[in-house]
Amino acid sequence: MTVRPILTALRRHKAGTLLIALQIALTLAIVCNALFIIHQRLANLSVASGVDEANVFVITNQWADVNRSTTQVDAQVRADLIALRQLPAVRDAAPASGYPLRGGGWDNFVTMTPEQTEPTTDTAVYTGDEHFIDALGLKLVAGRNFRPDEVMVMGTQQAITPPTVIVSKALADKLFPDGHALGKSFYAMGATPSTIIGIVDPLHRQGVDQWSNSYAGQALIWPLRADDSRGIFYIVRAKPGQLAAAMREAPKALYAQSRLRIFDPKDGIRDYATIRHEVYDRDRGMAILMAIISAVLLAITGAGIVGLTSFWVGERRKQIGVRRALGATKHDILNYFLTENLLISAGGVVLGVLLALLVNGWMITQFEMARLSLAYVAIGVVVLLLLGQGAVLAPAIRASRVSPVEATRSV
Amino acid sequence: MFAYYFELGLRSLRRNPALTALMVLAIGFGVAASMITWSVFRAVSGNPIPDKSAQLFTPQIDAWGPRQNLKGEPAEALGYIDAMALMRAHAAKRQTLLYQVQLSVMPDGNRDMPLNAVGYAVSSDFFGMFEVPFRYGSGWDAQADEARASDVVISSALDQKLFAGADSVGRTLNLGGHDYRIVGVARPWNPRPRFYDLFSTSGFAEEPDVYMVFNRALDLEVRPGGRNTCRGALTFTTWQEYLQSNCAWITPWVELDSAAEVATYRRFLTNYAADQQHAGRFAWAPNVRLRDVMQWMDYEHVVPSESRISLFVALGFFLICLVNTIGLLLAKFMRRAGEIGVRRALGASRREIYAQYLIEAGTVGLAGGVLGLVLTALGVSGVGILFQPQIAKLAHLDLSLVGLTLAVAIAATVLAAFYPAWRAAHVQPAWQLKSS
Repeated sequence: MTVRPILTALRRHKAGTLLIALQIALTLAIVCNALFIIHQRLANLSVASGVDEANVFVITNQWADVNRSTTQVDAQVRADLIALRQLPAVRDAAPASGYPLRGGGWDNFVTMTPEQTEPTTDTAVYTGDEHFIDALGLKLVAGRNFRPDEVMVMGTQQAITPPTVIVSKALADKLFPDGHALGKSFYAMGATPSTIIGIVDPLHRQGVDQWSNSYAGQALIWPLRADDSRGIFYIVRAKPGQLAAAMREAPKALYAQSRLRIFDPKDGIRDYATIRHEVYDRDRGMAILMAIISAVLLAITGAGIVGLTSFWVGERRKQIGVRRALGATKHDILNYFLTENLLISAGGVVLGVLLALLVNGWMITQFEMARLSLAYVAIGVVVLLLLGQGAVLAPAIRASRVSPVEATRSV
Repeated sequence: MFAYYFELGLRSLRRNPALTALMVLAIGFGVAASMITWSVFRAVSGNPIPDKSAQLFTPQIDAWGPRQNLKGEPAEALGYIDAMALMRAHAAKRQTLLYQVQLSVMPDGNRDMPLNAVGYAVSSDFFGMFEVPFRYGSGWDAQADEARASDVVISSALDQKLFAGADSVGRTLNLGGHDYRIVGVARPWNPRPRFYDLFSTSGFAEEPDVYMVFNRALDLEVRPGGRNTCRGALTFTTWQEYLQSNCAWITPWVELDSAAEVATYRRFLTNYAADQQHAGRFAWAPNVRLRDVMQWMDYEHVVPSESRISLFVALGFFLICLVNTIGLLLAKFMRRAGEIGVRRALGASRREIYAQYLIEAGTVGLAGGVLGLVLTALGVSGVGILFQPQIAKLAHLDLSLVGLTLAVAIAATVLAAFYPAWRAAHVQPAWQLKSS
């Protein structure tokens, strides 16, 4: 089958040819970028937090009386924790000023010396007592946990820098790339240094915002009971399979300690399934939207090709009849339309690749998007070529069935 | 003639049902995707205070210096020292400071459980500057600021919860262990985006419950319930030390009515920073900003990038649907070349053919628009799975969106039909008549 006669025929359908090619090009440009966005967003969704998510829940405990002294708040917090830990369904509980995947929170710059003004990096800051690691279910990969006597008290609006710290492996590796972080110290916006006594891996940051992507997994835990007069988080880990029971018992146990506290009815007590679901709602929504748009787009483009090719077939019945009468086989006719579509699609795809890269380049400047990986362009090209061939198949088969007798009819 | 062509158009739609359905689907989906994302975009990017957005400004002063500021930009809020200096100087006609507070309504005779009450510590000008509407009473005056009074304004939602919606002005409210006097009950007021507090919120928070006197909040050491951002080594352990630190947490707003006032205020800010430099507090040249509401929303990236990306992708989608429609209309019109030839031979002018086919395209557009409307209504109600809940609930189908959906669908289809109709109008009658 030679290409020349097809090209000659296409020249008689300039507008239709151009429209199909343009549609394929635009579809390719949008679909590869959409696929790329979907991939990025889904990758976010499955990042490990380090938390034993099946069994952990978080209580946001707001104090009603904000005038209490740090000592009074501390006594209340200690009593609350004892009550929580005594619950039959509870394995462990810890006080906290934030938790992984909370959706934002405390963040500090890290420097290696106190004089340094340009920060070395940025870290999420968690505070907790000697139960914190077990309450979240974090994995200690090096060093040791805090001892009870290392836990300090931090009142409202106080900047306290404990001398010991446990860091995530990501932060340890960032600060000490040689792999010997244990026993080394650094500064996290304090006047005094903190010495690394333990390393956990992994430990997700509190936020999932785009700006923090370059600090992914960098977190530190300070041995502090955050006795803020406004409120505190309790991280509670249920015994396996007893999450629901623990979530029912916990607020009752706390109310029994004191009623001057508020659990927001909407999100005062959340399990990790909910926390993860809510923190990633943007990413999930984007992925769903892009998937819907891509699917509908491909369907419409495919249907459009079917429509236009059918029209061409209808228009050329007589010519097809003549070719068949002159000895062309059904196969030749089928091939003709498939090749014709391949030529048009190839043109569209070349233009589409350029457009896809242009769109991506523009999105990089506008939305700090990553550079489009060529694998997605390749996938897009294959999908569109297959779509074109698939869409043209039905009209082409119909064309191949045109009887040679058509050549003898006048219209 | 229009009615006749319209009828011809409808008849033609029925003649090629598959082709017609395809076009209607393409237009419907394309316009619906654009309208759904547009409804979200317009909700998050709108001007929350249209009549005053050009008169309200938030001053920024760089108290961190070139090595610690935000890549050359000053902090997004002020620390205590600079905030109080601006208030004392009173260089604007109206001015307010504000920060978020998180309080609780203590139990009383009627309730045995405390209630959460989130709000703002503000100055007296806040209510006038931002046009807060009142149901009962009003805001407090400048004397109450000076007297550091325990006055509060509450939302009507809180008034409903506590006093069953009655006029509670003059009554006492215990917030976090201190008594306050209610001086006003605001009508529901929650401008979105919340331009006045983009430092602590993303702009789409729930309506605040209370507004208290800024100076009183300082006296009671009411801690900022929102964001707080600091630089360098932090050592504060008391409220006074915190106030003197470089932490930024107070948002200032000033009202400036003319370009001259803006220029004067800008000079004042620069002079203030220069004075701080001379006094040795700043080791850098004045670096100040004075942004109005829209500039501030732009700088703070209020519109989530998701919303913008989806709008652009949806518009791209619509464009493809239109290209698709051009091709299909071309096929549909050219299939009737014979009919056109007959009409031309019987005396129809090109103009008439042109008009007829544009109107026919218009009927396709109308059908696509109606389908688009149905899909838009479905999409807007299901938009909660695509965007964050606080943003998704702002999207709604109103009359202007209905009108826009239909208008865009028809206009776009007619536009797409220009070329196919032009081709139809240029059909040579002789050619067509010859073969039949």
